[in-house]
Amino acid sequence: MALPPPDPQFVLRGTSAAIHTLHFSCGGQEPEIPVLFSGSENGFIHVWNLKTHRVDTALDGHGGKSVYCVETMGGKDRLLSQGRDQRICLWDLAEGRTAVTDSVFTEHVGFCRCSLVKVAQGRWLMATAAKGLEEVHVLELPSKTSVCTLKPEVGAKLGMPMCLKLWQLSCGSQPLLLAGYEDGSVVLWNVTMGKALSQLVCHQEPVMSLDFDSEKAKGISGSSEKVLRIWSLNEQQNLQVYKTQELVNAGISDITIRPDKKILATAGWDHRIRIFGWKKLKPLAVLDYHTATVHCVSFSDHRKPQERLLAAGSKDHRISVWAVYTHT
Amino acid sequence: LSLIAGGLDCSISFVSHVLGKVCVHGRQKEILGVLVPRLTELTKSDCIWQRICWRLVECVPERWMEAVVLGFVQRAPGADVLSRLLGNLVVKNKKAQFVVTQKVLLLQYGHTTAVLQNLLGYLALDSLRRALLLRVLQELLETWGSSSAVKHSPPEQQLYISKAILICLSHLKEPEIESCRQELLTSMMEGVKCHLDSSLPQLRRLGMVVAESISSRINTEGPVLKFEYEEDDETRELKSLLVQTPPLCVVPSLPDDDRSEKAGAALPSVPESNKKSQTAAPVMPDEESEAELDSDDDLVPYDMSEDKELKIKAPVYIRDCIEVLTGSEDVDKWEATVKALEGLIRRNPAATREVSVELAKILLHLEEKTCIEGFVELRQRAQVAVLTTDPIPVSKYLTSQFYSLNYSLRQRMDILDVLVLAAQELSCPKFHGKPKHSDAQKPRIQLLPGSDSSKDWRRIVDERIKSKTRRFATGQCLMEPASSPNQFSSVAGHFFFPLIQHFDRPLTTFDLLGEDHLVLGRLVHTLAVLMYLAVNTVAVTAMGKALLEFVWTLRFHVDSYVRQGLLSCISSLLLSVPAELLLADMTEELLETQSWLGDVVEKDPDGDCRRLALQNLLLMENLKKKLEAVPS
Repeated sequence: MALPPPDPQFVLRGTSAAIHTLHFSCGGQEPEIPVLFSGSENGFIHVWNLKTHRVDTALDGHGGKSVYCVETMGGKDRLLSQGRDQRICLWDLAEGRTAVTDSVFTEHVGFCRCSLVKVAQGRWLMATAAKGLEEVHVLELPSKTSVCTLKPEVGAKLGMPMCLKLWQLSCGSQPLLLAGYEDGSVVLWNVTMGKALSQLVCHQEPVMSLDFDSEKAKGISGSSEKVLRIWSLNEQQNLQVYKTQELVNAGISDITIRPDKKILATAGWDHRIRIFGWKKLKPLAVLDYHTATVHCVSFSDHRKPQERLLAAGSKDHRISVWAVYTHT
Repeated sequence: LSLIAGGLDCSISFVSHVLGKVCVHGRQKEILGVLVPRLTELTKSDCIWQRICWRLVECVPERWMEAVVLGFVQRAPGADVLSRLLGNLVVKNKKAQFVVTQKVLLLQYGHTTAVLQNLLGYLALDSLRRALLLRVLQELLETWGSSSAVKHSPPEQQLYISKAILICLSHLKEPEIESCRQELLTSMMEGVKCHLDSSLPQLRRLGMVVAESISSRINTEGPVLKFEYEEDDETRELKSLLVQTPPLCVVPSLPDDDRSEKAGAALPSVPESNKKSQTAAPVMPDEESEAELDSDDDLVPYDMSEDKELKIKAPVYIRDCIEVLTGSEDVDKWEATVKALEGLIRRNPAATREVSVELAKILLHLEEKTCIEGFVELRQRAQVAVLTTDPIPVSKYLTSQFYSLNYSLRQRMDILDVLVLAAQELSCPKFHGKPKHSDAQKPRIQLLPGSDSSKDWRRIVDERIKSKTRRFATGQCLMEPASSPNQFSSVAGHFFFPLIQHFDRPLTTFDLLGEDHLVLGRLVHTLAVLMYLAVNTVAVTAMGKALLEFVWTLRFHVDSYVRQGLLSCISSLLLSVPAELLLADMTEELLETQSWLGDVVEKDPDGDCRRLALQNLLLMENLKKKLEAVPS
C-alpha cells in the first residue's frame, strides 16, 4: 500500500511575483545559515533564510526585468544572476553587502539560462546565449575574457539555444557543453576547439530544459511535448537516445538531477513536480501543491543527507520546499 | 516520292503545288506522315536536301501555305527538325509568319504542348528568327495581361497562352531579358492583378504560376515572388516547361522532371540534415539491467493514483458560455468553451432559444484567441446549431447582417454557408428525431402541441389498430425510415427572401453588383441550394417567382462563376416547384428563360455554363412531356 504523496515541508511566500529560478547554498559549515536564492519576474533576487523561512535580503539589480537564472560561485557570498535586461550581474554579498561588482552585457533577448563550471580555483567558465541567433559564447570569469563562440554551421537551422550545460569529466580535462536548441536537438560541443562533436534530435518542439550526469554519461531533456528523453554519450562522444518516458500531461519547464545522482525532479506546466529514480526512470512521486505552472526546481547541497531539500518555484508566487527521499 | 529521292531534276515548284493542294484538302496527316520522316532523315546531314526542302515549302502558293506550315509544325518531332525543314520561311514569307506568330498562338488554342514547344523552339534557334520570338512574347504577355481576355476567354485558352509564355521564357537568354525587363515587369503586374481577381480557382493559380516564373527570370538574384497555392499536375507541368531539355533529345518529352529544378521545388523539399545528427536508435539497456542489482529498490514510490490529465472544465450553462466568450481573460476556459459549445446548444434547446440572437451575434464576431485546431469548423457548427434551434429570429438577424456595413467578405460568406448548412439540417429527417422516451411522453401527448403530437399520433393509431386486429401471421416488418415533417418549410421564406431583397442596393463597403462579384457568386449558389431544399414547402412558388426575376436581371453578368450559379438556380427551380404551378403561374417567364438558355448553350465562353444550360433545357423538356402525358 503506497503512501500518499508528501506535503511540502514549508512554503516560502512573499515574492509577489512569479519565480523563475532557484539556487540553494547550504554547504557551509555551522554557524553559516543555509540560504536559498530566488529570482522573480519583478527583477528582485530574494535571499531566503532557511532557518527562519523569511527573506533576509532583496537584491535589485536588473531594473525591474525578470531574473531567470541565479548561481553561486563558490559559496553564498558570490552570486551571479542573469536577467531579461540582457545583463549578467556578479554580486558581492559578503558581510551584508549588496553590491554588483561586475556585469556582462550579453545582448541576449531570450530565456536561455547560462551555465557555470569551475575550472580552477577562482576561475570559472560560463556559457551563455548571445546576440547572434544560434550562437553560444563561452567566457572566462571573473576576467570576462572570451574563450570561444560556438556557432552551428550555416543552414543547420537549430534556432535559438534554449538551455545549456557546461561540464568537465574531471578537473583539468576538456570542458564540454551540451546545448538544447529551438528545433528540438541537443548538440555536444567541445569548448576548447570550438566545434560540435555530436548532434541528436530529441524532440519535435524546442528543448525546454536538460541536465546531464557526467559520471554515467547519461542526460535527460524535456520540452513542451509529453515525453522526456534520456540519451547517453558513448566513448566516441556520440549522443544516442537511450529511453523515452511518457508523461501524463505535456510541458516541462525544468529538470534537475540530485547531486547524488539517485533521483531527479521535473517541473511541469501541469502545476506538478514529478520525482523519478535516475537509474531506470522509475516514477516515484507526484508532488501536487502549486496552482500554476512550476517554473523551476532545485536540489539543495546540504552536506548531511538527511537535511537535503527540494525547492520548486512557480507562477503562483510561491516556493514550495520538500524533503523527499532523504534517507538514501 | 521515291522518284524525288532519285531524280534531282524534278521541278520543285510542281511538288510544292501538289503538297499544298493535298494539305488544304485536309490530307495533311497522310502525306506529311510519310514525307516528314523521310525529309528528317535526308536533311540531317545533307545540305542540298535541306535547300531542296526549303525551296519546297517556299514555293507552296499563298493560299495553301497555312495548311502546309501547320502540318509541318504539328508533325515535326522536334524544334531542331522543324528548323531544318522550314529554314527561315517565317522570315521570308509573310503568310507563314502570320500563321506561326499570330494564328497558332493567339487565335487557336487546341494544339498540344509539344506543338508549342516545336514552334517556339524553332523560333529560338536562329538569330534571324529570335527577333520574332521577342515580339511573340510581348504579344502573348499583352493578351495574358488584359483583363477583358481573362474575363471572357475560356480557361483552356488561358492555359494555352500561359504555356506559350513559359516556353518563350525558357528560350530567352540573359541579354534579351535585360533588354525587355521593364516591359516584362509591367505586364506581369497587370496580368497578376486580373488573374487574382477572377472567381475561378484555376485561373487564379495560372496567374500565380506564370507570375512566379516571370519574376524568377527577371530577378535572378534577390527576393523572388512566391505565391502559396496547392500544387497539382497542371502547375507541375507548367513549371517544368520553364527549363528546356537539351536539343539532342530525339523526342522532346515533357515534363522532364529530373532535370527541371522548378519541378524539384514543387516536391516537398526535405532539408538535408546535419551529417553528424544521429537517427534515434534506442540502445536497449537489457544487458545492463541484469548485471546491476536494482539499487533503485530502496526508493519506494508514493501513491500516484491522483495524477491524472489536466482538464479544463467547460461551463455547463449556455449563459455561462456567453460570459466566457465575451469577457473572460482565461484562455484555457475560452478554448474549452468553444469546443463544448455546439454540444451544449443542441442539448439545451429551450435555454438556447432565450439567448439565440445574442449567441448568434457573438459567434459571428468571434475571432480566434488562441490556436485551436479546427476553430473555423467549431464556430460554424455552433452557428448552425443556434440557427437550427431557433430558426426565425436568428435567420432574421443573419440575413440583415449580410447586408450591413462593416463586415468582411469572409464573414458575409460565412453567413451564407451557415444558412445553407442549417437549411440542409432542417429539411433532412435524418438529423431530426432523437429517440424520445415514448413511455414518458405518452400520457402528455394531449397537452403538448406541435411536433411531438405529430410524431406520436401515428404510433397511437398503430397501437390501436394493432390491439384491435387479429393477426394471423406477422410478416416481415420492414422498418420504414422514420419520417418527420420538413422543419424547413416553415422557415424557408425567412431564409430566402431577405437575402434576395437588397442585392441591388450598394453600400459603401459592399457592392454586390460591382467589385464583390465573388460574394455575388456565392449568394447565387446559396439561393440555388435554398430553392432546392424548399421542395414541397408552402412557400416554394413564391420563392420560385422571386428567384426567376432575380436570375433574369443578372443573366448577362460578366463573371462566369455567377452565371454558373444562376443556371443552378434555374435547375433548382425546375426541380422544386411542382410542374403544374410552374406552368400555371410562370409561363411567360419560363418561355423567356428557355430562349435565354438556348443562347447560353451556343454562345457562352465557359464550358460549365454551357453544360448547365443544356441540362436545364433538358429538364424543361422533361417537364413538358410529363405534363402532356398526364391526362388533364
